[in-house]
Amino acid sequence: MKELLDQLIALAVEKVPLLGQAPDWVFYLLWMLVAGAALLVYASLIAGITSWVERRIAGRMQARIGPNRVGPRGFFQWIADGLKSLFKEDVTPANADKPLFRLAPYLVFTGMFGAWAVLPYSARLYAADLNVGILYVMAITSLVVIGILMGGWASGNKWGLFGALRSSAQIVSYEVPAGLAIATAVALSGSLSLQEMVRAQAGPLGILGWNIFKSPFALVAFFVYFIAAVAEGNRTPFDLPEAESELVAGYNTEYSGMRFVFFFFAEWANLFLIGAVSTTLFLGGWQGPLANPDTWWGVMIGAGWFFLKACFFVFVLIWIRWTLPRLRVDQLMAMCWKYLVPIAFVCLIGTMLWMSVFGDRAFFGLVAVGP
Amino acid sequence: MLLDYIPVLALMAAAAGLALAFTLMSELLGPKRRSAEKQMPFECGNPSSGNPKRRFSVKFYPLAVLFLLLDIEAVFLYPWATIYRELSQGKGWMMLFGFAEMGLFIALLALALFYAWKKGALEWD
Amino acid sequence: MSPLQTDIWTLNMGPQHPSTHGVIRFVLKTDGEIIADADPDVGFLHRGLEKIAELVPYPSFMPYTDRLDYLAAINMNWAWALSIERLAGIEVPPRAEHLRVITAELNRIASHLISVGALASDMGAFTPFVHALRDRERINDLFEELCGARLTFNYCRIGGVSLDAPPGWFDRVRGFLDYYEPMIDVFNRLITDNKIFVERLRRVAPVSAEMAIAYGLVGPNLRGSGVKFDLRKDEPYGIYPQLEFEVPVGRGYRDGVLGSCFDRYMVRIEELRQSIRIIRQCLDRIPEGEIQAKVPKVLRPAKGEVYCRTEAPRGEVGFYVISNGEKTPARVKIRTGSWSAMSIIRELSKGWMIADLVAIIGSLDVIAPEVDR
Repeated sequence: MKELLDQLIALAVEKVPLLGQAPDWVFYLLWMLVAGAALLVYASLIAGITSWVERRIAGRMQARIGPNRVGPRGFFQWIADGLKSLFKEDVTPANADKPLFRLAPYLVFTGMFGAWAVLPYSARLYAADLNVGILYVMAITSLVVIGILMGGWASGNKWGLFGALRSSAQIVSYEVPAGLAIATAVALSGSLSLQEMVRAQAGPLGILGWNIFKSPFALVAFFVYFIAAVAEGNRTPFDLPEAESELVAGYNTEYSGMRFVFFFFAEWANLFLIGAVSTTLFLGGWQGPLANPDTWWGVMIGAGWFFLKACFFVFVLIWIRWTLPRLRVDQLMAMCWKYLVPIAFVCLIGTMLWMSVFGDRAFFGLVAVGP
Repeated sequence: MLLDYIPVLALMAAAAGLALAFTLMSELLGPKRRSAEKQMPFECGNPSSGNPKRRFSVKFYPLAVLFLLLDIEAVFLYPWATIYRELSQGKGWMMLFGFAEMGLFIALLALALFYAWKKGALEWD
Repeated sequence: MSPLQTDIWTLNMGPQHPSTHGVIRFVLKTDGEIIADADPDVGFLHRGLEKIAELVPYPSFMPYTDRLDYLAAINMNWAWALSIERLAGIEVPPRAEHLRVITAELNRIASHLISVGALASDMGAFTPFVHALRDRERINDLFEELCGARLTFNYCRIGGVSLDAPPGWFDRVRGFLDYYEPMIDVFNRLITDNKIFVERLRRVAPVSAEMAIAYGLVGPNLRGSGVKFDLRKDEPYGIYPQLEFEVPVGRGYRDGVLGSCFDRYMVRIEELRQSIRIIRQCLDRIPEGEIQAKVPKVLRPAKGEVYCRTEAPRGEVGFYVISNGEKTPARVKIRTGSWSAMSIIRELSKGWMIADLVAIIGSLDVIAPEVDR
């Protein structure tokens, strides 16, 4: 990465006059903006393509075809939809709280994409490796909930407010088991940095060192985390803030045009994000057979593993969404507080004990991992 | 250290910029035909029956308080979880020190949760 | 500390709402998500069918009955035809009777498919609804072959049916039944056995047998409360006395409460199987012969009145017809199942949540055209 960057800078200095005299931080800033834009394009592509994939898979599951008109197998449907929304009127309801109403989609959009900066796409492939990476992810994705809450409240619509309140009910519940399950993964890896967490999951075959294989409690913690992540991502069976058969469209009832698109774009970006974070925490991130942080091809294979694992979760999320019905809001909270939170506590304590007994041995304490 | 955050900020700035650009484009390209009916809040085709910004019954209030308490525990939990790997590999009693210290803390938390459960704070009414 | 004051909200649910199954409106008073009152407001789909019936000759009202409940048009056709046949004393040929039972039961399957699918979709699972529609589509194909229409069949005639089955049609019906019978189990595996689905319904809004009778619930809604009452058995018409079938009733399925939303749902699922059984018997024994009795060109039934009720998918549909000896009826009153189901919702929904109200409407299988007529 560094060499490539140096070469690019050298090329730029050669071609563009006066650039040679500019101070270093200009290069740094320029590079960062370029990288940020590139990552954004990547994230947008994934979100857009996910929307198409979801509709195709939903079509398959429902014995119908799904979008198939724009491009091969309807591949460009998401672009067509985005373009169409550009030409739609952006209506703001008369009794809405206008500044908040307009701000909410930005919060959702930036909050969701902000989390992408720290994802460990591969050993050398990342935008930033924060030493509190996982805390940052938890914090920044909360912006999405604040955006939903804000949008639902500010739209001056009762269905919207219902959706917003349900969203807050969901976040006050599922943040706790998610936090406990993440703490389990943190304890197993000994770091809050996402890159370090992945490195700590090295093991035989690139598989046996994954956190889910460290102890049976970690395996359960993974499921706790995944369920909580689905709930925080407002996906069926936890899509209560939207709940179109109950609340018409929930928090985004009053949104139209481009602002409406932002909410949905963030939702699809979130699918990959849930998959990526679950992978990083429990499924070894870019670790996998032949992945090697020291050679460039090993890094690329690692990137492939990471992408595959995250995509697998995206598929599972879509699969769940088109299979399960929705919980009721009191059932949702009861499930969290009466089942997930106690289970998460047990998982955390259990993992601690396990670590004291078995140390760093991988695959349920069966396989020794070299230093 | 703080330099690590620059890419994060750059990405967020780019995302906000993109969002802003798209809204501006849609502002330019989209039609603007406002009418009183269109700007009415949606209430299934009926005139609105009152503004929603009134006192609203939030049934999960005790749970929200409980959430605050349990979420603050994360502040204590994470630093400990981060170094637990080293603690658990200590010699002799040190091995159990990390576990016992925080195990007690977590047990107290779990007890508090159990108490709240028995008190009916987890019930939706 | 003074107790927190919260307001009771008023909000409109419907007519433009995804789960009011047509244009039905409820004025809700809610305390948070809990319903304090759900005031039904009907009439959005009122077309004055009873008045129209007084203006057109007896046979000409048949297409209007399609619109009475467009999900079960043949059952409505049959109810009208039967009323006039009783009024005018017309005997229907046996082949027509068999065709009526086959088509009516096929239509019952189609209607119940919509009902159970829509309930699943109201619960947030959209896929079962589409799967139900896929199977219903095959029934529509069969009907299209039979009478050319896919929704408003206008198939029955006073004194018979309009068209005989085309060659090979009975085999194709049999083929559909062979295909569909195992599909019920597939459908059950997809949604009926789903833990979330069961938990959403099995204790929600139970209707006791007394309450069901007091509110005049009919059909699957009544049977869901454990009352074994089916007009096909208890007040038989057509060739139903000669056919073997059971009347499924609610019994607190999955450790639920008797008469809960889930019981009403399960009764419909079980009725699918019974309908298949009935159709199979009819296919085995259908005689050759006429499909239309001799009926005068201009039908003028003798002065008199008749109340005739039949078992439609949404319960009893009854026509009360008064004849003055003219070619048009003097007065027609229609009684439908959805109307009584609608009347119980206000009482039933008190204290439940908005999400449960959706389940109640769905499980009672209220549809707007039947309510408003």
